[in-house]
Amino acid sequence: MELIDGYPASMRESIALVERTRPARLGRTFPAMSLEERKALLLGHHPDYQAGAKRPLRFGPSKGLLLNHELADLFEARPLVRPNLDLSTIDADVDLLVIGGGGAGTVAAIWAVQSGLDPARVLIATKLRHGDSNSTMAQGGIQAADRPEDSPVQHFLDVMGGGHFTNRPDLVRALVSDAPLIIQWHERLGVMYDKDSQGRFVENPGGGTSRNRMHSARDYTGLEIMRVLRDEARNLGIRVIEFSPAIELLGDESGRVAGAVLLNLETRRYYIVRAAATVLTTGGLGRVHIQRFPTTNHYGATGDGLVLAYRAGAELVDLDAVQYHPTGAAFPAQMAGLLITEKVRGLGAQPLNRLGEQFVFPLEPRDVEAAAFIRECGERGLGIPTPHGICGVWLDAPMVDLIHGPGTIRAALPAMYRMYTRFGIDMTRDPILVFPTLHYQNGGVAADEHGATRVPGLFVAGEVMGGIHGKNRLMGNSLLDFNVFGRRAGIAAAHYARAHRPGRLSLAHVAEYERMLREAGVETTRTAPRILPDYRGKEALERYLDVPV
Amino acid sequence: MSEPATLVTMELMGKEYRVPSGLTILAAIEYAGYKLVRGVGCRGGFCGACPTLYRREGSHRIFTALACQTLVEDGMCLVQMPFVPVPTKPYDLHGITPQPTTLLRFFPEIAGCVACNTCTRACPQGLPVMDYIQAALRGDIERVAMLSFDCIACGICSSRCPADIKHYAVGLLARRIYGKYLVPPSEDLAVRVSAIEAGRYDAELRKLMELPLADLRARYEQRNFETVAEQHRDHSATQRYNSPMDPVDYQDELEGV
Ligand SMILES: Cc1cc2nc3c(=O)[nH]c(=O)nc-3n(C[C@H](O)[C@H](O)[C@H](O)COP(=O)(O)OP(=O)(O)OC[C@H]3O[C@@H](n4cnc5c(N)ncnc54)[C@H](O)[C@@H]3O)c2cc1C
Ligand code: SF4
Ligand code: SF4
Ligand code: FES
Repeated sequence: MELIDGYPASMRESIALVERTRPARLGRTFPAMSLEERKALLLGHHPDYQAGAKRPLRFGPSKGLLLNHELADLFEARPLVRPNLDLSTIDADVDLLVIGGGGAGTVAAIWAVQSGLDPARVLIATKLRHGDSNSTMAQGGIQAADRPEDSPVQHFLDVMGGGHFTNRPDLVRALVSDAPLIIQWHERLGVMYDKDSQGRFVENPGGGTSRNRMHSARDYTGLEIMRVLRDEARNLGIRVIEFSPAIELLGDESGRVAGAVLLNLETRRYYIVRAAATVLTTGGLGRVHIQRFPTTNHYGATGDGLVLAYRAGAELVDLDAVQYHPTGAAFPAQMAGLLITEKVRGLGAQPLNRLGEQFVFPLEPRDVEAAAFIRECGERGLGIPTPHGICGVWLDAPMVDLIHGPGTIRAALPAMYRMYTRFGIDMTRDPILVFPTLHYQNGGVAADEHGATRVPGLFVAGEVMGGIHGKNRLMGNSLLDFNVFGRRAGIAAAHYARAHRPGRLSLAHVAEYERMLREAGVETTRTAPRILPDYRGKEALERYLDVPV
Repeated sequence: MSEPATLVTMELMGKEYRVPSGLTILAAIEYAGYKLVRGVGCRGGFCGACPTLYRREGSHRIFTALACQTLVEDGMCLVQMPFVPVPTKPYDLHGITPQPTTLLRFFPEIAGCVACNTCTRACPQGLPVMDYIQAALRGDIERVAMLSFDCIACGICSSRCPADIKHYAVGLLARRIYGKYLVPPSEDLAVRVSAIEAGRYDAELRKLMELPLADLRARYEQRNFETVAEQHRDHSATQRYNSPMDPVDYQDELEGV
């Protein structure tokens, strides 16, 4: 295929139209929708509202909850260990077990130690390396209402409206009230946020926010926060065990959660961890590829924590809504699904159709923006086709430099610029092609404002927790939520751990879960948690022999 | 609809595999039948889990890359580095008084830098790694922070350095010192934190929580918006830190390599 500066000739024709309309579009933005218009668009075009995509959960405390089939499959699956697994030898006996070494887990561990737990008795168990997580991938920023023009009240309104008023208000209050405290904590940890010479934060708008309150660190915001947190945890002496995901929670005879079974991914040996308190922070589920969408998520985002918590008796909320980020890369094929940060639109780039026309306000809430893109490519037939068969809409990236001055893209979006450059496209000169991609879980395990679930001894925080964002999260509120609820869960779990001793370990809840599966008539060979997705080539698998070597 | 891919031959740890062109190295390894546990993380160029060493046909050089960000090439001979040991001694950032010698004190081995530029040539992020190590040696913490900022801690530089320097750890400490001590704290933020701690917003938040849904919706619809233009009254994304080392000013990291 012949490429002209990264794009085939067919796409170049449409780029010429984009360039032609650009001068007139500068300073003229497509108007935002009313709540009624948003609703109609969502019903007509958002994947969450399509008939046949979901089925109700058939058993357990959240029976009846509508789930995408791929997600329902995770719950209608057999455990990886038998209830009679030998639990007699305890490999680690700790005060606090944190499952998941991403942002929420690391924050929880740090605050548990700040609240007085001995770091040597706090253990983080994680699936890949410490920090290999969605947290590291976050680009755009983190919200906090700290400018005089803004307030936690304004932030509260934005969060509730963004979530279509389905959010739990007490959780939202915690989120917006703690936000400035979190940013100040980060300042003290040495997180290098974008600031001016007086120490004022550079704050940008984001989709669905009425004030500019997005704090960022170039477009490596999550990376910067995560590496500082990891360094802090390490310096505090908190123990971390990598490549050892939890594959089941452990209970004790009084019905509390009391640790977990870990699996060493390299030796396949299992480890028994007994813990006075357990915080589950396993992140999201992008890698289960709901409705076959590509995803922005990291390799280990397979929704394990949802399954583990549900088997232990926790409740689920808002899992019927998953978030498709409107701007996943659609071209070139190697980048398909990767995130194009919302900051690109925050800095002024407009979405355009094949004719170079605007068709939607650039910063609608994500579900609305995504539905508008899907409508443009589908029903309206005004998307831009690619040689690899998918369609997308333009994001007019060069506008960023036109609005804010030359060099802005290089300075404020180095990760984006670098990624496109690697694949032969100069986003300072040409628009980039985008289409919605599976991004965020929205709902999750139900918990109170201290991350406590209804199962004693089990706390949750971060993306695995539900209720904060209702049915739709706004950008910049999940980096915030893993900090806010990671901290709260860490503190609450530390208190819990001081007051309770775990008893005799048991997997009775797993036997009970198997019974529920049987009674609901679920017959399957599927197993969960999924742990890692499988991307091996079809040709190789066709000749795969499962023999002992 | 999509175009058929041509096949290329890659040599993975000495074994040849035919894989479609246009795949990243990571996808090509999986295509060949490997289910990866190590050597993969974010799959998007952010985590540094996938450092890869390779040689090309007809070149004597060893090249380095991120497997998730680099296309497989015909004749590539490659191996992934699952792990690069870069252990550091614990420190307490909160007890440090930053001085020109601070970085040297924590990482005395930087004095052994022979200025060979291997690290810079190896960095898949295209960072001027040698320059930031040299800046560390001179005690210019701000410059280290600025130049190392886009580091994803893949460890490739450290695996190639003849002086055994732990580059990314040096960069991390410099950035934390810079963020904590050398940039002024935000006054607006401090004011807001005190207001929250004094309970300034409690009553209004409680009121919103108790509003009937229809009224809350109305409040939401009546919000006024700040525009993009207003935001940039006194800030500019390109003048962050007001630093002479602002990313647009220093060496062109992508074209220079
Ligand atoms: C590309 C991208 C960009 C984003 N940009 C933004 C943004 O700009 N602003 C914003 O606010 N949010 C953003 N988000 C969302 C945000 O980053 C995440 O929601 C948030 O970081 C989740 O944090 P977490 O700690 O809950 O999960 P993660 O950071 O994903 O951590 C979960 C950890 O648990 C581990 N784990 C999983 N299963 C197990 C198991 N069974 N046992 C042990 N460990 C396990 C994982 O390996 C991982 O390390 C973005 C997300 C992505 C993917
Ligand atoms: S500086 Fe070193 S560790 Fe950081 S990205 Fe470059 S090669 Fe990797
Ligand atoms: S590779 Fe090591 S010795 Fe060579 S320039 Fe880099 S830091 Fe100095
Ligand atoms: S897998 Fe994260 S950088 Fe390649």
